[in-house]
Amino acid sequence: MAFAQQSSPHARRARSTSQVMLWVILAALPGLLAQTLFFGWGNLINVVWCIAVALASEAAILKLRNKPIAFFLKDNTAAVTGLLLGLSLPQFAPWWVSGIAVISAIVMAKQLFGGLGSNPFNPAMVGYALVLISFPVAMTTNWADPALLWQGAPSFIDTLQAIASAQQTVVDGWTMATPLDEYKHKIGSLTAAEVTSHPSFGDGVARGWEWVNAAFLAGGLMLIGLRIITWHIPVSFLAGLGIMSLAFGSNADQYAPLSLHLLAGGTMLGAFFIATDPVSAATSHQGKLIYGAGIGVLIYLIRTWGSYPDAVAFSVLLMNFAVPFIDHYTPPRTYGHHKARRGVPGRTQG
Amino acid sequence: MTQLWDFSGGIHPAENKHQSTARPIRVAALPERLTLPLQQHIGEPATTLVKVGDRVLKGEKIADVTNGLGVPVHSPTSGIIESIAQLPVPHPSGMTDWCITLRPDGEDQWVELQPVADYRSLERNQVLDMIRDAGIAGLGGAGFPTDIKLRPPRDRMVATLILNGAECEPYITADDMTMRERAEEVLAGFKVMAWLLRPERCVIGIEDNKPEAIGALRAATEGTQIELAVVPTKYPSGGEKQLIQILTGMEVPSGGIPADIGVMCQNIGTAVAISQLIFEGKPLISRTITITGEAVREPGNFEALIGTPVQHLLEQADLEPDQVNRLVMGGPMMGYTLTTTAVPVVKTSNCVIAATTSELPAPPPEQACIRCGMCAEACPMELLPQQLFWYSKAAEFEKAEHLNLFDCIECGACSYVCPSSIPLVQYYRYAKGEIRVQRAEQLKADRARERFEARQERLEREQQEKELRRKERAKAAAEAQAKKKAEAEKAAAEGEAVDERSAKSALVQQALARKKAKTEAAATAKEPAAAPHTTPKEPAVEKPDLEALEKQLTQAQAKLETMQGMLEDAKAQQADNVDKLERAVAKNHDRVNRAQKALTEAREQLARNTETQTPD
Repeated sequence: MAFAQQSSPHARRARSTSQVMLWVILAALPGLLAQTLFFGWGNLINVVWCIAVALASEAAILKLRNKPIAFFLKDNTAAVTGLLLGLSLPQFAPWWVSGIAVISAIVMAKQLFGGLGSNPFNPAMVGYALVLISFPVAMTTNWADPALLWQGAPSFIDTLQAIASAQQTVVDGWTMATPLDEYKHKIGSLTAAEVTSHPSFGDGVARGWEWVNAAFLAGGLMLIGLRIITWHIPVSFLAGLGIMSLAFGSNADQYAPLSLHLLAGGTMLGAFFIATDPVSAATSHQGKLIYGAGIGVLIYLIRTWGSYPDAVAFSVLLMNFAVPFIDHYTPPRTYGHHKARRGVPGRTQG
Repeated sequence: MTQLWDFSGGIHPAENKHQSTARPIRVAALPERLTLPLQQHIGEPATTLVKVGDRVLKGEKIADVTNGLGVPVHSPTSGIIESIAQLPVPHPSGMTDWCITLRPDGEDQWVELQPVADYRSLERNQVLDMIRDAGIAGLGGAGFPTDIKLRPPRDRMVATLILNGAECEPYITADDMTMRERAEEVLAGFKVMAWLLRPERCVIGIEDNKPEAIGALRAATEGTQIELAVVPTKYPSGGEKQLIQILTGMEVPSGGIPADIGVMCQNIGTAVAISQLIFEGKPLISRTITITGEAVREPGNFEALIGTPVQHLLEQADLEPDQVNRLVMGGPMMGYTLTTTAVPVVKTSNCVIAATTSELPAPPPEQACIRCGMCAEACPMELLPQQLFWYSKAAEFEKAEHLNLFDCIECGACSYVCPSSIPLVQYYRYAKGEIRVQRAEQLKADRARERFEARQERLEREQQEKELRRKERAKAAAEAQAKKKAEAEKAAAEGEAVDERSAKSALVQQALARKKAKTEAAATAKEPAAAPHTTPKEPAVEKPDLEALEKQLTQAQAKLETMQGMLEDAKAQQADNVDKLERAVAKNHDRVNRAQKALTEAREQLARNTETQTPD
């Protein structure tokens, strides 16, 4: 009788990487739904297009690298990268802008570093930052205006045409900057009440954005509940942003208020779906707290004093740089030890 | 209510315990042959006390450990010693080891048993010796000799004595069933241990998924000072370090033992073995073992004699041979796969799982680590499993050690939760093994280097001594010369009284001599062949060949050094030619001395010659 030879443990809980990624995709759906409701078909088309490009470019580069294509595509990580880019790009971003973003994310940021698990930077944010710097006009003026959408939303076909034709003039009537951008540029000369009278702010914090953020928050809480992510990064992320906002921007006539920071822009998407990318984030609990807080603080700094409006991407990438350093100095204290062993071996760290 | 603490991490695998608790403990039928490995636990292998063909009685000591750590082996039944040979033993590597094979005669005839009426009347050391003599080793996992464990090192007080009835591994129910059916015996053995150690607190830790066992123990502990602590079901709460944390809130220091913090953990089965020894006089010859898995039709627990082949027990549990895919010895979390059913039950065997393919499927192919951190969430030792994995995989062992690789208890919780199906524990075992090998090699290299350096030092010292001796000789010679010169000067000074005339005649004489020498020199220049005739009276043949002697000495010294080096090495390696080399060295020593003497004599002679040659 020949018996199977295996190393312990013999029992496993089967929740594979592909299932984890599938849950991430499912958790992002409420946010996508809210985006579609408030901003039109743009993000939905973007998501489909980005996922398609992501899978295609992943397959192509896997073939170049002589890796089993189906085995890696099935892990759903490329799809998640595509999804995240589709969710964060402007609704009317031209197809080639989103295409370049996805290809650079998959090919440059992920596969050229060795594929899944080896990338030091968040692939989606690398792609995002790249197109933001390269095509600043396309990236900052193609945001849909929820106010106009309510009055007469562009149809699916119109949206598709706008994205596919890349004729930005076609959508001039619908596009604008984001509320955060608006606030930052107007608050210098106007009061808070005057700025928020702009239709993009609506009756609440920022028309449409507040619901999108709430939906991503709900999806994020679901991920925490499913133990797919831990609370550390989102909580310290939001705390970092919130504390900075309260400390510096308590005067709404000078700086954007806390509510706007939390509920406009990509805050919740960033906190629960982007910063929590495990591959490029810090590992220990303490490290995650530092990492998340760092992103939150940087977002506030960039949003308030930076010249680019998209703070999440830059903050995440900047903190990605710091991850090896954070990891070196935040290992947990092991059972039976007095202190955690920090730093690198060979150096006495007390 | 006992205060409980939690340990970080942990998992909740499917328990699969009900299958084997449906039936009471069955006594396994006597097999045709019993295989008794000489090494069943940590420590030294035992030495056989019997030879092939001997008839032994049940409970007779057939192998013992006289040197080092270990306990004896007893015959589990009466019968004939059939062979002493290398046979497969239960081990992760599937190795073979020395085993005594016993063919039972079916009479099951005991040796004379000597139960103790009142162990309290004995000396503690006597009881400890009895425990050792009865072959009792920890029945939990590692099988550490119980008597040694019961003598805490450095006279540390054991304040808390814990009986580990947590049994957190899925499938295994041996302790559970023992507690249900033999609560009194468990308690009796525990009390003996408590008497030996006199702890302040005695506590039995048991997971809350064993209500029957809890009930039985509660009844048994009624009216005693023994606490019964029901702990939440979470793997690995039965790990010694985890249970100590749950019950006391204290942590065993890294690299230390529980006694360092005044705690000791003992296993349920060990307590039963001690009870059987004290109150029935029986040595450890059987144990309770769970036979389970979907490939056996009647899973359950067996009271099996040590040495019973696993095959025999599987048959008793009605094995479906064509259903078995994987045979696991131990639990599904920490057990190892068996290559053959011929291996025997040993003192540490607590479970055999005959699993079907669907029950324990082959793991899916390993994927890339996405650093999701679920392993760190599950790790009960608060390690960073994924970091350890990266470092182990990249052979950066120094970094892995820095992150406390050696604190890993290999519980498998990290592998269990890994979504990328990475066999993490296997990587840690590999890294630990590599580090141990490297350490051993380092030690070897260090020793070799020390030896080499010692030799270099010795050679240098000898060289220096030689130099010193040479200098002393040179000094002595210089002094002698100086003395002679002084004497000569003195003599010259004494001769001051020589008169002018004689001085003049001497001058004339000298002038004549010079003239003669001149003519002679001219003659020599004309006929060089006549040169020998002008040489001083002392013939050259008598002049010793200094160069040859010096060469001889150097050669002899070189040879002596080589021989001494060889002797050193031989001594270090304990080679058998040490005597021969020693003789050779002695011989060479004589040679060197002789050469030295010859050289010295030659030098002296030469010095004398030179002196005589030198015109004053």
